[in-house]
Amino acid sequence: MILTESKPVEEIVEKLGKEKNIFIMGCGGCPEGAETGGKKVLNEMKKTLEQKGFSVTGIIEIDFICQKALIRSRLKPRTSEIEAADSVLVFSCGLGVQAASEVLDKVCHPALNTMTFGGITGMWHGKERCDTCGSCILDLTGGICPYTNCPKMLENGACAGQSDDKCETDPDRDCGWVLIYKNLKRIGKLDLLEQFIEPRDYRKALPTEKLRNSRLWAYDEEAADE
Amino acid sequence: MNKQKTYLSTLEQKLAEKEFAVTCEIGPPKGADKEEISEAAGFLKGIADGINVTDLQSSVMRMGSLTTSALLIEWGYEPVFQMTTRDRNRLMIQSELLSAYVAGVRNVLAITGDYTNIGDHPQAKPVYDMDSVQLLWTMQTLEQGKDLVGNDLTHKPAFYKGAVVNPGADTEAAYELQILKMKKKIEMGAQFFQTQAIFDAETFKKFMDRLEKEKIDVPVLVGIILLKSKGMAKYMNKFVPGVFVPDNLIEKMEKTDDKAATCIEIAADLINEVKSCCAGAHIQALGWEKHIKPIMDLVQ
Ligand code: SF4
Ligand code: SF4
Repeated sequence: MILTESKPVEEIVEKLGKEKNIFIMGCGGCPEGAETGGKKVLNEMKKTLEQKGFSVTGIIEIDFICQKALIRSRLKPRTSEIEAADSVLVFSCGLGVQAASEVLDKVCHPALNTMTFGGITGMWHGKERCDTCGSCILDLTGGICPYTNCPKMLENGACAGQSDDKCETDPDRDCGWVLIYKNLKRIGKLDLLEQFIEPRDYRKALPTEKLRNSRLWAYDEEAADE
Repeated sequence: MNKQKTYLSTLEQKLAEKEFAVTCEIGPPKGADKEEISEAAGFLKGIADGINVTDLQSSVMRMGSLTTSALLIEWGYEPVFQMTTRDRNRLMIQSELLSAYVAGVRNVLAITGDYTNIGDHPQAKPVYDMDSVQLLWTMQTLEQGKDLVGNDLTHKPAFYKGAVVNPGADTEAAYELQILKMKKKIEMGAQFFQTQAIFDAETFKKFMDRLEKEKIDVPVLVGIILLKSKGMAKYMNKFVPGVFVPDNLIEKMEKTDDKAATCIEIAADLINEVKSCCAGAHIQALGWEKHIKPIMDLVQ
């Protein structure tokens, strides 16, 4: 199971910033098990956001957000709610936020930090990759992870090494920052690239022993009995 | 006596006073020996306002840029200390910046650095704890008397901070990303820029026009690499991202009987052509330092 932790509400509110209308999306897979997602959590967030003056245009739980076709089909009947939103708040691991960012044309804010994979990397294998950095910044980077898509793990924009939009480290590999640029351009949010991002906190990439050892808890009878 | 504005370095003063500045790049030796540095620097006496010391350029292991910069100061030159974020984490970056200041270094050029896999130790673990924008931000923070976590410093350093931009990015996305990052670098304290090498004056002029349109007003030093041979031109076109040598220059190098003379002519022509739209030139001689003087003699 992929283990996630909730971002502090203050951080989420700060990230939503001036956006007032929010659509909430949750993954019904791993976050349910980790208790960072699930209907109850989504509804609580709705209440919290409304108290803080936001308006929630809709809520949906999708079984596995890392599956893009599933997101598309489940969201089809909800198009108007998404269109009414300034941005989307996603309760899932990094893979889910990446998948949602590709499918939707809104900024997708991660509500969770991905801490460890416990050996599993999503239910569906796509091109999305997460490095469990523990401080997800996908909403600033067009839903494309700069840590797994840029070998230099740059946070503030591209290096000058790419050629024909391919990475300097490997001519077969797309430059992650070009992908970031293109997706932000597609959704009309290039201004996000003007924001300075501080160096990441590597402590968060070191999951605690408890998290490291809990990879099978969903299937572990002993744990379930507790 | 008139009270004059004090500058951190000659380079800063020249650029502030809008005099055409020249910096030249030298690469520290692969070995524990300083002869090579003093020889290369000797050719630049009286020509270069700053000697740019590369920092394990192309990820090839060499003597360090800080020690080389300190040696240059000892010998009476002004260095531009290049610092990449490839090989140092944030502890080492801050520590070396403090050391650099104490050693008399004032000009610091912030770069991310080529990836390790292109160098001579492709097995190495790349660090990249920070990017070049964060490195500029780090310098700014130290200048305010604090380290990155807010602890007080006993003494504040001060730097003339430079950064790099590529005017020859080959696609719309890459080009726009360069402009975006350049703006961010300025916001985080970059005071001058040097560009990736150019061979095509038009590309450079277009870039400078764009900066004018964007109201980006910082001194930019045009990057010039001495073209030593036809082979080198072909190699760069194939392997050096963002660098493009036009066919007419390749032909010139192929036909010439005197490679050095042609190289000098090409470099001088280029500088003369773009001189009016930039603040200075940054010359990479790659071992041909002795030809820089004749080039500058031809620059009007
Ligand atoms: S920023 Fe990347 S590595 Fe970090 S949690 Fe998000 S997807 Fe995963
Ligand atoms: S070319 Fe792109 S993906 Fe590759 S290191 Fe540079 S910015 Fe990162």
